[in-house]
Amino acid sequence: MRDVAVIGIGETRIGELWDKSLRELGIEAGLKALQDAGVSGDEVGMLYVGNMSAGELINQEHIAPMIADYAGLDDIPAVRIESGGASGGMALAEGYMAVASGIDDIVVVGGAEKMTDVDDVIAKNILSSTADQEWEVVCGATFDSLHAMIAQYHMNKYRTTKEQLAEVIVKNHSNASKNPNAQYPREIPKKLVVNAPMVSDPLGMFDCAPLSDGGAAVVLCAADLVDSYEGKPVKIAGVGHGADHIAVHDRREIGTMKATRIAAEKAYDNAGIKPENIDFAEVHDNYSISEIMAIEDLGFFDKGEGGPATEKGKTALNSEISVNTSGGLKAKGQPVGAVGINQAVEAVIQLRDDAGDRQVEDAQYGMTHNVGGTGASAVVHIFERWSE
Amino acid sequence: MTTPRFWREIEQRYRGIGVQCENCSRVYFPPREICPHCRRKSFGRMKEKELSGKGKILTYTKVHEPHPEYKMLTPYIMAIIEMEENVRLTGHLVDIDYEDVKPGMEVEVTMRRLGEESPKGIIYYGYKLVPVK
Repeated sequence: MRDVAVIGIGETRIGELWDKSLRELGIEAGLKALQDAGVSGDEVGMLYVGNMSAGELINQEHIAPMIADYAGLDDIPAVRIESGGASGGMALAEGYMAVASGIDDIVVVGGAEKMTDVDDVIAKNILSSTADQEWEVVCGATFDSLHAMIAQYHMNKYRTTKEQLAEVIVKNHSNASKNPNAQYPREIPKKLVVNAPMVSDPLGMFDCAPLSDGGAAVVLCAADLVDSYEGKPVKIAGVGHGADHIAVHDRREIGTMKATRIAAEKAYDNAGIKPENIDFAEVHDNYSISEIMAIEDLGFFDKGEGGPATEKGKTALNSEISVNTSGGLKAKGQPVGAVGINQAVEAVIQLRDDAGDRQVEDAQYGMTHNVGGTGASAVVHIFERWSE
Repeated sequence: MTTPRFWREIEQRYRGIGVQCENCSRVYFPPREICPHCRRKSFGRMKEKELSGKGKILTYTKVHEPHPEYKMLTPYIMAIIEMEENVRLTGHLVDIDYEDVKPGMEVEVTMRRLGEESPKGIIYYGYKLVPVK
């Protein structure tokens, strides 16, 4: 196995992008990444595309060759990777392995999702299908309500409070206010979060990430070849996958995301570092409770301490560990299948010192954490500042 | 959900038929071909087991933004319960006010209407949860 670097990044604005189609989102992100890397199309060995549900959302399957075609790369082999909300991160891991193994020197990994061509009730129902359709959803559960039951369990067992959940959202909006690509680049008061209309008790409207349109892409290159290209490299120091039962009720410990724990352990081991070495992390905050659990299960705080740590500001920008500097899924936006790549883009921006007002000072290591469904799959990547 | 997709699971939805691993005695619902604990040792040893349908609430929520087919019931309560056989399921909790629901509360499954294929299609029945009186 050889070292792998990200040498190019690109992303679209995230939001309700009525004037953009899925293929346009994918192409915009991909071409920006190739340009940033200084790589020409004929040097690309393979294109991986993370996408959750184009078949349901826009009635188009087989999107990877379509995006490659319209990017002018019709002779580049392309494949779509699906693992619910972890599709982007899983695509990144596939691309990483292709380069690390020596099969390809350069690959492009993109993620794209077009969610606003259907109304939000339909889009949410499609998102719910990443849970167990037959034994959760048909019985009346929604994606929101499954996370609400996880939240109730966590609050009951660890005394996590609704105010602590709200602090996650306030922080992520504050970080997004410094990110020009964010869907909601504005601060919001805690009172608004706590008093918002209920979606599924205890989760209110602001506890839930939006369903967004967006695309993101990275160019991966074998580490020993980075000098041949213009793009400023960032090393991928570690990767880890984790898995668990598809249904929430089959997991013995509902207040812990086992898939996340396993993925993180493998990634730390792979990179040869520990949680305390991580300077910033993009975690899968599709719900406020998800970030609380992630910062515990990734090893940054003890179990049950995620809420208090957030309340004390330990996850704010340039504090103990900067969590979701981009604004996260909540405020940067959630184009589901692209999320894992959006996270990687933020990690590279930070480790290149290009993050402007939201720059994490002296960052050496950054982590991205991407979850599929309610936690049946998870993938963690560790990024490291490039040293010559 | 189409008729055959529902029909295939009538044993589970109407009668609560799960399986028990003859190797470790663990019970699963819905049925699994393989016991995740015993794996190879459970081949051909997963035997049908009818569940008691009684259990306790592990966690719950009041749903305000519903599953599309539950729109008329909104807001409604969903719960994950742990049954006597140490197996869990997710279900719609009925015949109780949300304020009265507590973790650990005893509930049992009951047969109710779950939905319909279409206004002229078949009606789906299945289990819901009710408090033990």
